[in-house]
Amino acid sequence: MSVLIFIDQADGQIKKSSFEVMTYGVDVAKQLGTTAEALLLGKNTEDLSTLGKYGISKVYHVADDNLNNLDAQVYAQVIADAATQTNASVVIFSHNQTGKAVASRVAIKLKAGLVTGACALPNTTNGFVVKKTVFSGKAFANVSISSAIKVISVNPNSHTTTIGDGIAEVATLNISVPAPKVKVISVNKISGDISLSEADIVVSGGRGLKGPENWGIITDLAKVLGAATACSRPVSDSGWRPHHEHVGQTGIQVAPNLYIAIGISGAIQHLAGVNRSKVIVVINKDPEAPFFKAADYGIVGDAFEVVPKLTEEIKKFKAGA
Amino acid sequence: MKILVCVSKTPDTTAKVAFKDGNTKFEDAGVQWIINPYDEWYSLVRAIELKEKDAATVIHLVTVGAADAEPVIRKALALGGDEAIRINADNHDSFYIASQIAQIAIEGGYDLIFTGKETIDYNGSSIGGMVAELLNMPYASLVLKFDLNGNTATITREIEGGEEVSEIALPLVVSSQQGMAEPRIPNMRGIMAARSKPLKVVEPIAVDALTSIESFELPPAKAGVKLIDADNVAELVRLLHEEARVI
Repeated sequence: MSVLIFIDQADGQIKKSSFEVMTYGVDVAKQLGTTAEALLLGKNTEDLSTLGKYGISKVYHVADDNLNNLDAQVYAQVIADAATQTNASVVIFSHNQTGKAVASRVAIKLKAGLVTGACALPNTTNGFVVKKTVFSGKAFANVSISSAIKVISVNPNSHTTTIGDGIAEVATLNISVPAPKVKVISVNKISGDISLSEADIVVSGGRGLKGPENWGIITDLAKVLGAATACSRPVSDSGWRPHHEHVGQTGIQVAPNLYIAIGISGAIQHLAGVNRSKVIVVINKDPEAPFFKAADYGIVGDAFEVVPKLTEEIKKFKAGA
Repeated sequence: MKILVCVSKTPDTTAKVAFKDGNTKFEDAGVQWIINPYDEWYSLVRAIELKEKDAATVIHLVTVGAADAEPVIRKALALGGDEAIRINADNHDSFYIASQIAQIAIEGGYDLIFTGKETIDYNGSSIGGMVAELLNMPYASLVLKFDLNGNTATITREIEGGEEVSEIALPLVVSSQQGMAEPRIPNMRGIMAARSKPLKVVEPIAVDALTSIESFELPPAKAGVKLIDADNVAELVRLLHEEARVI
């Protein structure tokens, strides 16, 4: 038995959330007294032995061209075959777009119990219990897995990556890769921008900004902070910002170190999407805005005056730091 | 074209989240139940739009739940499904639920199975993938746009680091999210028609759940907001750096 960690990549680049799940998987392996191995699918030209720094003892790389695009059916078959060949008892994914497409299929193939959206290491003192977020971040559930093999997907930004020394052995596996049924027509990468679910800092705007033409103050602040931008539901429903920026119960749930909410009143549905943020700053001209109750720091004031000042102060701070 | 739309009942988005029986059960006293928004706003409405283009389309709804799920499934029928199936079981894990839906799907021979990208209570994001695997069908996850051209679906979906447009031949399982359709409200004609639409109750097949919820927890309460004067923004930057240590 071992722990097998699925490493996700986009454009041949290993994603931040994959480094987090490597550390998570290594920590699970330590708890179980076993080794942590990793699996990477599709084209990658990086030196994978460096993943040893994260505590991985062995990296399996299946480089078949049929794995360069995501077909959940194909991925699941290859990952389940790899788990069986390597005698894995725990298979770990990031709860990102790929994990959401694939982990559930892998669980069926391995007859494994599945917990998605894990936010802490499993409790293995008596059984195998994984804490996950439920009610879109308003609560947690402790879920017990009774099957021999377990599949877990871990929420992005919920486990801190640790780096040490070490060199991983790089190996391949003898797995036949079926032909994909998903025919890719085009891919629109949003590289350059910072991915919202992985961002350390998120700057978010609401109806208080009065219109899409005023979004410059949000993007300016995000730029100096190296932050991703987000918005509330009324803003995306009005078409001021794209749907994929909508944070809340029916949008994306985020858990950054810092969430700055500007001109957002803080409806319960919005709070559900952000309340796992470590620190919340609220800027709103209405002192009665419910968001202040969920905030760590607040400024009561006009966003159009406060936000440009904040951007300038951050610039000064960065220049001095 | 035969479409199966999976619907789940969930607490209203404004419902207070609290637990009972030693934090092992959701406190449902006074809670309003709704159709899971992803199932209703995107899956079901998109299925109805497809039926509006091709009258030969048949839409079946399926839910796994006890009798108290029926008001929610009637509301879904009021929006536009043709008939509904309730699998008479409650409180089980995603593997159990997916196994029940897969059984209905095998019996019904559907071309398309729509699920929401997740329920807003358990946030599993797993039923669609599990059903697809149990039926050995391709799975289009996190779909933002869905169109049909004969027997081929053209989808736009969210992938790691961007969006992808692809074509997949039916049969197919889809998980829907914002963008696929615009929410609708049932009209009086739909509500009246829903009363006489068939709602079939079937007993579950024997399946052992692989996971169970031991307990729930609420997040720790916030200490309270520290207010900073609007004329002293530099103080906020100092606090974020020195006290909160996030910049």
